[in-house]
Amino acid sequence: MITLENIQRIFLVGDQKVHALRDINLHINAGEYLSIMGPSGSGKSTLLNLLGLLDRPDAGRYRLDGQDVTTLSDKQQARLRRERIGFVFQFFHLVPRLTAAQNIELPMMLAGQPVDERQLCVQQALKDMGITDRADHRPDQLSGGQRQRVAIARATVMQPGLLLADEPTGNLDRASGKDVVDILETLQRRGITLIIVTHDPALGERAQRRLHMVDGTIVNDTAKP
Amino acid sequence: MKTTDIVRYALGSLNGARSRTALMLLAMSIGVASVLVLTSLGEAARRYVSGEFASLGTNLIIVLPGRTETAGSEPSMLIGDTPRALTLGDAQALLRSSLIQRVAPLNIGSAPVSYGGLERDIPIWGSTAELLEIRHWEMGLGRFLPKAEWDRASPVCVLGQKVRKELFGNQPVLGEWVRIGDRRFRVIGILESAGESLGVAVEDMVIVPVASIQRLFNTSSLFRILVEARSREAIPRVIEHITRTIRERHQGEEDITVITQDAVLATFDNILQALTLTVAGIAAISLGVAGILIMNVMLVAVAQRTTEIGLLKALGAPGQQIVNLFLAEAALLSLLGAGLGVVIGLAGNGLIGYFYPDLSMGTPLWAFAAAIGVALGTGLLFSLLPARRAAKLDPVQALARR
Repeated sequence: MITLENIQRIFLVGDQKVHALRDINLHINAGEYLSIMGPSGSGKSTLLNLLGLLDRPDAGRYRLDGQDVTTLSDKQQARLRRERIGFVFQFFHLVPRLTAAQNIELPMMLAGQPVDERQLCVQQALKDMGITDRADHRPDQLSGGQRQRVAIARATVMQPGLLLADEPTGNLDRASGKDVVDILETLQRRGITLIIVTHDPALGERAQRRLHMVDGTIVNDTAKP
Repeated sequence: MKTTDIVRYALGSLNGARSRTALMLLAMSIGVASVLVLTSLGEAARRYVSGEFASLGTNLIIVLPGRTETAGSEPSMLIGDTPRALTLGDAQALLRSSLIQRVAPLNIGSAPVSYGGLERDIPIWGSTAELLEIRHWEMGLGRFLPKAEWDRASPVCVLGQKVRKELFGNQPVLGEWVRIGDRRFRVIGILESAGESLGVAVEDMVIVPVASIQRLFNTSSLFRILVEARSREAIPRVIEHITRTIRERHQGEEDITVITQDAVLATFDNILQALTLTVAGIAAISLGVAGILIMNVMLVAVAQRTTEIGLLKALGAPGQQIVNLFLAEAALLSLLGAGLGVVIGLAGNGLIGYFYPDLSMGTPLWAFAAAIGVALGTGLLFSLLPARRAAKLDPVQALARR
C-alpha cells in the first residue's frame, strides 16, 4: 500500500541543516498495524506527516496505492488526504465552536457531500464510538476520552484506508487511553491500515510491526530481522 | 464544498468571535454611514442652490443686442453701439413660437424721480406686464403694469420699496402722481422687497411701461429681451428660434447675443457636483481605514485560528478552499456592515433633515450603490492578504501547537 524510496527530509534551523529523515526505505502493506517509536527529534513525527501528505520530502519517492504522490499538486494531495487518510492527534484538534456531530461532519462538508447523507454517516459514526448522547456537546463539555473518540470518528467518517495517529493516548488518563487504543485496534481488525507514533512502549509493543527510529533513520524494523 | 456550507461555516466563525466581529461591523458601518451622510449633504447643497436659482426665474433666456456681450452693463447704459438695435417689433416677433411661454422687452435708464419737494436719480425699467412673472417678483401693494398693447405709453409706474420710503415716507402712495424726467406717472403698485435678485436691487427701481420709457428717453431700441421657455428641455430650440427670427428681421445679420440662466446654473451644478464628489472621497477614505482595520483583525483571526486552519488542511481542504472561507467571512462582514451603515446613515440624514429643514436630505441612489460596493470591495480586498496567508500555512507547524 505504501512504499517509501530513499526519502530525505532536511530542515534548516538557522543556517544549519538538520536531517530529519535520512534515506528512508519502507514498505507497508494494506491492513498492517505499525507503531513508530523513538526518542524526541528522531524524525518519527516527520515521517508520519510525510505519510499523511502534510509535508513533502526533499528527495525520494512516495507511492500510495501504487501512485507517486510526491509530485501531486496541492489540490490533488488535499483530495487524497480527504478521501484516503485519517488523522488522530495528541491534542484532538477539535474545532471548539462546533458540536461533536459538526466536528465529525467537517471532512464530509469539505468534500461537498449532500446534507442528508452526511447526517446518516455522522449518526453511524457517533453510534460506533458510543457517544450518540454527546452529539450536541461542544468539545469543552466532553472528557478527554470522549474528545478523542470524536476525533477518531472524524478521521474515519470518510472511510479512509490509512489511519495515522500521533500520540493518540498522550493526553489521556490510563483508562480512557485504553478505550481509545481498543477502538483504534478494532478499526485495524476491520481492515484499516493503522500507524501509531508513540513514546509509550506499552502502546508501541501492541503493534504487530514496530519501527524504532534514531536520528532520522530506522534502526530497527520487526518485519526485517 | 457547498456554498451554503461555506456561508454557514463563515457565520459560525463570526459568531464564535463576537467582539472581533462587532468591532469590524462598527468600523464598516461608520465608513458606509459617513459616505451616505456626506454625499447626501453635498446633494442637498446642490439642490438648495439650484432651488435658489429656480426662484429667480427658470428657463430664462436673455437676448442682448450686439454680437458680443457688453459686460458690466449698468442700467445707465442704453446700448447704442450695435449696427442694428433690438426693437419692440423684434420682441413681439418672438412671441410667435409655441415653445415660448412669455416675452418681456426691457429698457433701462436712469432719470430723476420727484414727488413733492423730494427728488432722486433712480434706475428706471421699462417693460410689460410679463416682467413680473418672468422674474418671479411679488407685488407688495396695488398691481403691476396693466396687460395692454406694448406700444401704448400709459402714464403709470410701479415703485420699489426703498423708492417708496424715500419719496413718500409713511404716506399713502397708491394713486399719487410722481414726476419722472419731464413726464408725470401715476403710482399703481409697490413691489414686494426681494433683496438682490441676480445683481438687481429690486427695492431701488421704478418700473414703467416700455413704450413710456422709450418716449422718456426718446429711443426706439431695447436694452434686452427676456424670454421664458416653456420647459428646460425646450431651451436649445428656443435659442435657435430666437436667433433665426431675429436674423430674418435684421436682413440676415446675426447681431444678437443669447445667454441662458441655464448656463450659469450648469456652472454652479458642476462646482457643487465636484464638491459632492470631494466630500464622498473623504468619506471613502474612512471606508479605506475600515478596510485596513478589517485586514488587521483578519490577520489576528488567522493567527488565532492557526490550528483550525491546519486541521482543515489535514482534513483535506485545498488552499483555495481556505481562501474562500476567509473571503466569505469578509464578504458577510462587509455586507452586514454596509447594511448597518445604511441604517445609521439614513438615521443621520433624518436627523440633519429634522434640524435643518431647508436642506432636503435625499440620498442619491448612486451613493447607496457606491457605499455598499466600496464596503464589499475593501472588505474583500483587505481580506485577500490574510486569507492567502492562511492558505499558505504549513499544516505541520499549525498542528504542532495545541
